[in-house]
Amino acid sequence: MPFDQGLEGLDHNIITGTLESLVKWARQKSMFPATFGLACCAIEMMATGGPHYDLARYGMEVFRASPRQADLMIVAGRVSQKMAPVLRQIYDQMMEPKWVISMGVCASSGGMFQNYAIVQGVDQIVPVDVYAPGCPPGPETLMHAILTLYSLIERGELTRRRDATGGGAGVHVEQLDGQTSGAAPVSIGKY
Amino acid sequence: MADDFGVPTSESRGQTVLHVPREQLADFVMQLRDEHGFNMCLDVTAVDYLAYEAPRHLPPEVEPERFEVVVVLLSMTDRRRIRLRVQVPQDDPVVPSLFDVHPGTEAMEREAYDMFGIRFDGHPDLTRILMPEDWLGHPLRKDYPVGRIPVQFKGVENAR
Amino acid sequence: MPADTTTGERDDVRGGLAAETYEGRQELAPRKGSKADELLREMGAVLRLSETEAAELSSTEPGEDETMIINMGPQHPSTHGVLRLMLELQGETVLRTKPIVGYLHTGMEKQGEDLTYLQGPTNVTRMDYASPMANELVFSMATERLLGIEDDIPPRAQWIRMLMAEMNRIASHLLFLATNGMDIGAIGMMLYGWREREETLRFFEKVTGLRMNHNYIRPGGVAADLPDDWRDDVLRLLEPLPERLHEFDLLMTGQPIWRERLQGVGVITTQEAIALSATGPILRSTGVPWDLRRDMPYLFYDQVDFDVVVGTYGDCFDRYAIRLNEVRESIRIVHQIVEKLPPGDYRIQDKKVTPPPRARIDESMEALIHHFKIFTEGFKVPEGEVYVGIESPRGEIGCYMVADGSARPYRMHIRGPSFVNLQTLPHMMRGGFLADGVAIISSVDPIMGEVDR
Repeated sequence: MPFDQGLEGLDHNIITGTLESLVKWARQKSMFPATFGLACCAIEMMATGGPHYDLARYGMEVFRASPRQADLMIVAGRVSQKMAPVLRQIYDQMMEPKWVISMGVCASSGGMFQNYAIVQGVDQIVPVDVYAPGCPPGPETLMHAILTLYSLIERGELTRRRDATGGGAGVHVEQLDGQTSGAAPVSIGKY
Repeated sequence: MADDFGVPTSESRGQTVLHVPREQLADFVMQLRDEHGFNMCLDVTAVDYLAYEAPRHLPPEVEPERFEVVVVLLSMTDRRRIRLRVQVPQDDPVVPSLFDVHPGTEAMEREAYDMFGIRFDGHPDLTRILMPEDWLGHPLRKDYPVGRIPVQFKGVENAR
Repeated sequence: MPADTTTGERDDVRGGLAAETYEGRQELAPRKGSKADELLREMGAVLRLSETEAAELSSTEPGEDETMIINMGPQHPSTHGVLRLMLELQGETVLRTKPIVGYLHTGMEKQGEDLTYLQGPTNVTRMDYASPMANELVFSMATERLLGIEDDIPPRAQWIRMLMAEMNRIASHLLFLATNGMDIGAIGMMLYGWREREETLRFFEKVTGLRMNHNYIRPGGVAADLPDDWRDDVLRLLEPLPERLHEFDLLMTGQPIWRERLQGVGVITTQEAIALSATGPILRSTGVPWDLRRDMPYLFYDQVDFDVVVGTYGDCFDRYAIRLNEVRESIRIVHQIVEKLPPGDYRIQDKKVTPPPRARIDESMEALIHHFKIFTEGFKVPEGEVYVGIESPRGEIGCYMVADGSARPYRMHIRGPSFVNLQTLPHMMRGGFLADGVAIISSVDPIMGEVDR
């Protein structure tokens, strides 16, 4: 049934084709993150929302506290054994379409804490779409991760893959902080 | 200031350490609070000496045990800290609670119980504070593993 | 008004101290506080209920006039990280509270036993992640005390450490002002606080290489010297701050809404604060002028001139005003440091403890061997145990370290100020509204990294 594949499954004519890109544009440009700041990465996430780096210019105007109103979960910080069920519960409460960015090395892989208390990678609990490395990743890296996610959504592949396998995209971005002295140019967000 | 508190005293790096028998702990801390002005309890923690290979440098009257409960007290009038070390045997890890003397030790004693399994007699709510309620084992004991995921290739045995 | 009920109860309890009513003076026996817990048990502010019991209770229907036990957090916009509160409410009034922590437990103390003393600051710095330099400083000071080199640290290194600690205090208090403002509702304050903080983080990045979690203060000194133009950077950073702090005063301190939300809210008395082992701005807000920088000085705090800011009423407004003025005092200290910082070594020249400069590794075999040993095996610390405490922006942070002669600490315990300060939360929230509870949590300024470690 064409409806099972979402918008992708329709035979597009001029009207629905435009509608699909309209929907993708709307999903990208007004994504609301759920507040899931756990540890040090949360401070950097707040700094990204602050005036210097200003996440609001990409449409992330507000961080919605209620997961029902959020599309994006930025797991910012280390996830302990006690927190893991809470994380899963919040993820389950979010409405489709939803995406997950794993911010920082502790969320991506356990980071420097390879011990009994930390879940070694949040992808053991939720499907992750973009991994942002760093300890903590600076605002520039986080923005790079978010814009990468946007470009994935724009290409449409992300929603298709998620519906098919239930897993996340699993894209790794590079850390971009502190490169103030003109290194090789990186195309931000293009994947 | 060489005052005699009536218990074996030692010194570590310039800091006074008192070795208190565990039955007398709560009374002794109350005596320190009322008569010697140590009005704040800064810290209650524990150490597991199971894997300690160096000599322990305890006074001769003190019998070394596996666990030690360490209490750090502060005298704001004299501007000094003092440290108490209490030996706790492995087969009977119970220590009187300091909650009646210093209510601020409630959370610290819960953490010592959670991490080491040392019970504090007289504590109003001795439950796990850092680990989930149904966790088994006491993580900071020396026979509890770090929990590292074993890596297949490791050139050197002991390195990280 | 809930504020009246709390002071009324306190009058009964304080007995001989501050009984206001005529009847009180007649009937109540003076209480010496010999049983400190009696005071606190009578208040009965802490809800002693386990999570499973609460879950069972929630499945039954509460009666008409029974109290309600609700859960706040751990994922909640205003719990400052992953703090969970179980509240017993009667209508909108908070009766008893139980803070449930452990959602960020990282096993850092266990990890610390596995890392060498040089790697220790990387671990410890992530505990109180709003003021990482304080954690590194207390760990390094404890290690140096165990090594016996605490008097041999070069003065320049100590002054640099002071500079970093005070800049970190400014950054941490700005974070407090931002989050406190946002919790009360002044959302613009969030942006202003972060704007100032970014400048300090830029300075930290220039000096240490990282914006946060720097691993800069290491046993033996600091990791690298300050860049040559640091004085200009610091002065340029500090120049707009007094005027901006004045703007914050205009936005918040004098405003009637701000005052009504914070004054008289979350009152704690001196006796309670000392009994609950609270330190830092909470203790100072009750009127006790206890600041470790002045009372038990470390580094070179006895050579700089600063005031200890003290409150009077022990309420949230006092704590906010104390932190705002501590930023001003820290600015004063940094100006003095800028003038007084001497030239010299930035770390101790003891070859067994500090790695050699990188250039010497090419020239000298001995330097190469020392470098190798220090970074792989680590330097050995003679056996013993020590407790060192310093003043972090949240209170007294202490490090209790036991060494056994090997290259790794045998036991490394950090006394996190927020862990202990959280015990004051139930007593401050009792009798207030739920909305006041948010203001109170914010004024305690807990950082869950050091609560859970």
